[in-house]
Amino acid sequence: MGGGRQMEFLQQMINGLSLGFVYALIAIGYTMVYGIIGLINFAHGDVFMVGGYFGFFAATMLHLPFIPTLLVAMGGAALTGVIVEKIAYKPLRNSPKLSILITAIAMSVLLENLVRLKMTTDPQTYPETLLPAHVIRFAGLSIDNRQLIIIGMSILLVVILQFIVFKTKTGKAMRATSFDKDAAALMGINVDSVISITFAIGSALAGAAGVLFGILYSSIDPYMGIMPGLKAFVAAVLGGIGIIPGALWGGLIMGLVETFSKVYISSSYSDAIAFSILIIILIVKPSGLLGKKTREKV
Amino acid sequence: MFKKKMSLLLSMAMAVGLLAGCGAKSASTTGDIKIGVVLPLTGAVSSFGKSGQNGIKLLEDQVNKAGGINGRKIKFIFEDDEGKPDTAVTVGTKLISSDNVVAIVGPLTSGSCIALGPIATQSKVPMITGSGTNPDVTIKGGEYVYRACFIDPFQGSVLAKFASGDLKAKTAAILYDNGNDYSKGLAEFFEKGFIAAGGKIVGKETYATGDKDFKAQLTKIKPTKPDVVLLPDYYGTVGNIAKQARAIGINAPLLGGDGWDSAELFKVGGTAVNNSYISDHYSANDTASLVVAFQKDYKAKYNLEADAMAVLNYDAAKIMVEAIKTSGKTDGQSIKAALQKTNLQVVSGKVSFDANRDAIKGAVILKVDASKFNFIKKLVP
Repeated sequence: MGGGRQMEFLQQMINGLSLGFVYALIAIGYTMVYGIIGLINFAHGDVFMVGGYFGFFAATMLHLPFIPTLLVAMGGAALTGVIVEKIAYKPLRNSPKLSILITAIAMSVLLENLVRLKMTTDPQTYPETLLPAHVIRFAGLSIDNRQLIIIGMSILLVVILQFIVFKTKTGKAMRATSFDKDAAALMGINVDSVISITFAIGSALAGAAGVLFGILYSSIDPYMGIMPGLKAFVAAVLGGIGIIPGALWGGLIMGLVETFSKVYISSSYSDAIAFSILIIILIVKPSGLLGKKTREKV
Repeated sequence: MFKKKMSLLLSMAMAVGLLAGCGAKSASTTGDIKIGVVLPLTGAVSSFGKSGQNGIKLLEDQVNKAGGINGRKIKFIFEDDEGKPDTAVTVGTKLISSDNVVAIVGPLTSGSCIALGPIATQSKVPMITGSGTNPDVTIKGGEYVYRACFIDPFQGSVLAKFASGDLKAKTAAILYDNGNDYSKGLAEFFEKGFIAAGGKIVGKETYATGDKDFKAQLTKIKPTKPDVVLLPDYYGTVGNIAKQARAIGINAPLLGGDGWDSAELFKVGGTAVNNSYISDHYSANDTASLVVAFQKDYKAKYNLEADAMAVLNYDAAKIMVEAIKTSGKTDGQSIKAALQKTNLQVVSGKVSFDANRDAIKGAVILKVDASKFNFIKKLVP
């Protein structure tokens, strides 16, 4: 009997981790953009949704297999993110923070309704053949192979991201710009390019998450980015907004908390519990789990 | 000086704008008879709405070809409530105050009916829903709200009796949407009926409307080894849950209500929904002459198979049209009086209204298998 409980716990761990990695991929995009221009990009959840739709088209119209679909979605999402940055955020770079925040909300609504105009609010179904589900059964566990693939894919993407940020010149430029924009410009770094690249990478990750989400949960609709976007935002703040590993841990924690609160507390209150994390972290440690206390030095 | 002029001009413009809203609201006695229709033409249950629209448009053709109502043609004005109660209120109010409809057919989902009903009653516009099954639709809706289908206490008990008696299930688990009136109600009535039949509910989990991930709840249900699992929700969500349930190894037969009945169920759920049973209003295998005739006309016009929502909305619209014809008038009170006295044989059965303005109708049990809904048995209240 005890073995059964352990198996169920492990199964829920996998449920929580695969959900958490989807949140983490979105959260990383939030945190990267905040780190570089200090903006909470509220349209980011909708870039996730747009990525999901790009993947849907790649799979159903071009009949591409899994990896090319993923790449198309990442490319499409990256393009969307960069376009939004160029037309909506760049002109406001020297405006008060509030203006750009409101613009971000407006872009979010715009993206949702553009997609809704073209695709209607009817949910579209991801083809089963893109990544067929196999149940892997061993030691009393029944695992959906797609959950393992999502976990694996996400880890791979994060590793690639770490490589880019820490082992390439572009990454160095990104780190420099997020540290001090003006000094970086003085050093000869093209700040505009760096910002665009940051948006592109963050959006690409969100786009990948969109495809993985569509595969795991079968259907996509224009408003699918709202809830995961909000939860990913909480995840980014939880881990320390602006810190990439923080977004990863934040996402995983959010996924696990959501899953386990459904199991052990109540399936009705899991969302309320997940969001109260935001309130708690802002009261207890506003800079986030991995954040350092920054004091304004006069 | 300029500022003063501008503000004077603007306030005059606003005053005129206010007055523009006032219009004499009178039911016209000539011209087309306008009947409003509220259906989920887009959104999560759009397949229901589209079927319903097809059914009603077919009726419109048939009635107008036969000369309309007392010489006047009828015109159905369709509005989309997206399956959401708030939108139903918005478009319903528009139909009542702006389009001056004499009656409303719909909404389709219980949640939307419960939201719009009180407004229809307040405005004295008779409203008839072909498919809102939650009891609150007429209880909260008020005097002018009628329902041409069975109610969920009946549907829940039918399912419970079938599960216990025919499937010999001793234990059941329920997974439902606790933000959806229909889902919550059906879950509750099934539970009552199942316990009354001697069964035991071994798991009862919830999710929020729009949730896509049910793995946590399903993983919790699995070790309780239920004989059947009830999923009282609409086809899109159900298909998804069924897939996830089968993926983690829950192989028990699934149960559902009329919310499953759509061809889209198989698009989303695939083979995961096989070996399931649902309670419904109508079976495509029914051999009654009215049914066969309707199916023929529907197929001829749309080249599609008629489903429950097409039938129910066609019937509801027909009942309303008959009431308008019988009353000979187009004001709300007269139509309502005629509606109350309805005793009509329609495609889905014989309809008359009880003291609560609910129709007394039977249900069918259908088996879900290989992309088809197959007739199993019929039950009468």
